[in-house]
Amino acid sequence: MNALQAGDLIHLLPELILVGAAVFLTLLDLALPRRFGRSALAWLTLAAIAGSAAAVAMKLGDEPVRLLNDSYRIEDYANLFKLVFLGGGALVVLMSIGSIRDDEIPHKGEYFYLFLPALVGAMVVASSGDLITLFVGLELLGISSYVLVGMRKGSGTNNEAAFKYVVTGAIASAILLYGFSFLYGMSGSTNLGAIRNALIQNYEQYDAMIYLSFFLVLAGFALKVAAAPFHAWAPDVYEGAPTPITAFLAVVSKLAAFAILFRVIYNVYALNSHLYKDVLLALAVLAAAAMILGNALALKQYKVKRLLAFSGIANAGYLFVPLAANFSLTHYNNFSELLYYGIAYAVMNIGALAVLMAVSNRGENEELSAFAGLYHRAPWTAAAMTILLVSLAGLPVTGGFFGKLFILLGAMQTELYWLGAVMIVTSVVSFYYYFGFIRQMYMRSSGSTPLSLTGPLAVAIWICTVLTLALGFAPHIVIGYMTDLFQLQSDFLIG
Amino acid sequence: MLADWPILSMLTFSPLLGFLVLLFVPGSQGRAVKTIGLAATLLPLLLAGWMYVDYNLHTREVVQYTEQHTWIRIPLAIEGDLTGVSDYYLDFVYKLSADGLALPLAFLTTLVSAMAALAAWHIKKRWKTFFLLFLLLETGMLGVFFARDLFLFFLFFELTLIPMFFLIGIWGLRDRERAANKFLLYNGIGSAIMLIAFFIIVSTAGFTFSQADGNTTLFYSGDLDVILANVFQNTQSYVNQAFEGSPFYWSGEMKWTLFILLLIAFGIKLPIFPFHTWMLKVHAEAHPSVVMIHSGILLKMGAYGLLRFGVLLFPEQAKDAALALAIIGVVNILYGALLAMRQTEFRLMLAYSSVSHMGVVLLGLAALNATGIKGAVFQLVSHGLISALLFLIVGSLYERTKTTEIPQLGGLASSMPFMSGMLLMAGMASLGLPGLSGFVSEFMAFLGLFGAYPWVAAVGALGLIYTAVYVLRGIMGMTFGRAAAPAAADGELRDARFLEALPMIVLAAFILLIGIYPTVLSYPLEHTVDGFLQQLQAAAKMGGS
Repeated sequence: MNALQAGDLIHLLPELILVGAAVFLTLLDLALPRRFGRSALAWLTLAAIAGSAAAVAMKLGDEPVRLLNDSYRIEDYANLFKLVFLGGGALVVLMSIGSIRDDEIPHKGEYFYLFLPALVGAMVVASSGDLITLFVGLELLGISSYVLVGMRKGSGTNNEAAFKYVVTGAIASAILLYGFSFLYGMSGSTNLGAIRNALIQNYEQYDAMIYLSFFLVLAGFALKVAAAPFHAWAPDVYEGAPTPITAFLAVVSKLAAFAILFRVIYNVYALNSHLYKDVLLALAVLAAAAMILGNALALKQYKVKRLLAFSGIANAGYLFVPLAANFSLTHYNNFSELLYYGIAYAVMNIGALAVLMAVSNRGENEELSAFAGLYHRAPWTAAAMTILLVSLAGLPVTGGFFGKLFILLGAMQTELYWLGAVMIVTSVVSFYYYFGFIRQMYMRSSGSTPLSLTGPLAVAIWICTVLTLALGFAPHIVIGYMTDLFQLQSDFLIG
Repeated sequence: MLADWPILSMLTFSPLLGFLVLLFVPGSQGRAVKTIGLAATLLPLLLAGWMYVDYNLHTREVVQYTEQHTWIRIPLAIEGDLTGVSDYYLDFVYKLSADGLALPLAFLTTLVSAMAALAAWHIKKRWKTFFLLFLLLETGMLGVFFARDLFLFFLFFELTLIPMFFLIGIWGLRDRERAANKFLLYNGIGSAIMLIAFFIIVSTAGFTFSQADGNTTLFYSGDLDVILANVFQNTQSYVNQAFEGSPFYWSGEMKWTLFILLLIAFGIKLPIFPFHTWMLKVHAEAHPSVVMIHSGILLKMGAYGLLRFGVLLFPEQAKDAALALAIIGVVNILYGALLAMRQTEFRLMLAYSSVSHMGVVLLGLAALNATGIKGAVFQLVSHGLISALLFLIVGSLYERTKTTEIPQLGGLASSMPFMSGMLLMAGMASLGLPGLSGFVSEFMAFLGLFGAYPWVAAVGALGLIYTAVYVLRGIMGMTFGRAAAPAAADGELRDARFLEALPMIVLAAFILLIGIYPTVLSYPLEHTVDGFLQQLQAAAKMGGS
């Protein structure tokens, strides 16, 4: 299985579809005369994503496939994450179609053929079982999104955002690589499974360096997911980026980093109970820090994107909890907890940003006051936003509520009572700023200009809203499906 | 006969029928919206009344209505040491039950809701939204009293939070938004603490093992009856097994932690001094019909939760903490009464009076005997009726005088004899005049406590005197004496219209009914409270063994 055979390409179909579409769109953009609108490109992008998702979905439940010396893995763990990335990506494209028409983004063609490689990067990250593959995927995702963030080059905040993102992204990569270099040095391999086996044998010898590499790797990924205290870049970048790209960063980039962090931690650092305990403690502390800082800093925000950036930091904290909760006597649900909340987070966050796009009047007003009197201007959109906010706040009966509930149950099962308490109390703090939107929408008045909503944007908003409700009313279907599909031994552990 | 129907679900969700109809009525049709909103509250009232009458008093069967469906069954991963297990899941049970405790409170809910809907007749803006939220709130409140699953209870509890936030924040007085925020944050923290406790309970006492036909099933359940059985009946359940490193065992410290968490969680709602500041703001700022609900029912949910989940799940702790509870109750009574004496604003006076009266509930619970617990429940119902009546009158008064400052009012009796009479009656009931409901409930609560802690009860009884002072001072100041200037400024002050008088008469009638014929309430309570006491004794036995 060492070399890639032609027959193996079929396993890479989902990625290849996206790559092919990106190449095709590049050529099409070149060849197509200027007088044709570029919205056709958007629909083609959407079709490519749908095709890729279908290719992934057909593989669900199959025996794991390991390519290139186990450096690229196609199993249920990766595939479920890929489906979330593709779904999130599709919603982001739907959001983008509206903004393309509005000329918010000047380079319409580039936008889409850079978007697809970013998605491929996220998929590679989820599938990788080797440090090199992992890094290539991360860089593909990162470099594509640096450009996407800087698309509106006329605007000052946009330039600032792009520059900040490049610099912090590079720093994160550097820290990660430094951490990886220790792993390679100690084990002589870049394959996660091989690293573990080597480290178990030589644990006594390398004790301190294993800790060092762990903290470097954790810091690198924490920067990528914007978990406090590594979060400072997020508000500026989210604010400056075009809104659909903000959604992409907040959802797809973040979840991709979580997918691989989870894999690396349990494959490489769960060596013995002594180290493992410290690892879990570090993760729990990071989770608590992100929840507390994210929610506290969001309280004073009135710029919606910055607010959602801080909310994203807090949510990163919630997503860290399943990682910090041990596999124990009765608790093996870490994966479904992570992914279920990941899905809920994805739909409610994309939905909220889509509503922001709708009310911000072509990006003119992205402050809380943009929502003023929305109930009077567009009652249905206000209702959708209310549902999304209720879910973000973690109130019943929504996806956000059950996601948090499920994570909490895991924390309680593993007797992480303090972390559960932090999670619940910080959620209550978050009521304040999420209900700030509600106050604006229902208790303030504004001019009576009715809201104009483009079709695709409305579709994106309503898909997110309906999914948020569905995840609240029938969580057992999704979780049950994931639990049935996912087997720790074959789908997750490498080697 | 009723047992064949899902009567509890019908009752709980009947307000939503009106909700659905209202969705399709244009908001501009004020009269139609109000009529439908009102009619939608009459349906649950009818159903609850029917159930109350139908409740069989001659059987020792306490839970006479119950419904159960597995709503959400989340399969959990079977890996590692669990590979021998054939089924492993987490259950959210949709389980509603009505016993002699839930039923009177549910009836109170429907009654006060219907009266509050009448009182909302004169709201000035956005009728449709008001009634939509109002009906949602009613469903939440009914669900809270019937729910027998910890998660379901929490769900309904939160369901009351969101509509109430809007109701306070949109239709209140000038400082309404701050009141709404304060309400949201305090109650949010309360339910957060409750959720922490519930989660620990579900992940320990809710963990159940069963074996049948060679299949081993493990599950987590929030079903209160499963949890009670695990804790009190099954000595082999995980929660009672103290093996090394067990994540399920309830040690003494664990029980205390949970009990205190629940005490704080429900104490915020009740409210226990010093967690009461949020409710003052709500009393002062929200629309009177919203305050009727708030003071009449929402506060009762705190006491109900404390009894159902705090005292009955942790009887040993409740017993050890009984003196502390009684003292907290006395502090509530005296603090509330003393501050009520100092208020010049009638609404604030009533708010402090609520703090004081809810202290009596704590006294009754602290007694941990039949008389005391019955007294506590009586006080819940009675205070619910009285405060609803008082705020109903406040609403009508404010409508006419635009002020509720006692010094600016006076001599209302001459222009509004009917309303003044009602006010006087509500005041008399509040201070515990024999023949009215307040007397029965306070008498029983104090009597119960005298059996347990005579000295604490004696100190608490001082509160009755203060109550008489502030109630009489407030009401006399408003109704008799010289007619104050601004009251007369609008020209003639008219007495209650029919639509205002009707709910006043209904509420007053119930206050009188309980006052002169308390059996109407104590009968359904009889067996239920006996059941509670048996549970307490069983727990004591298990603790001793």
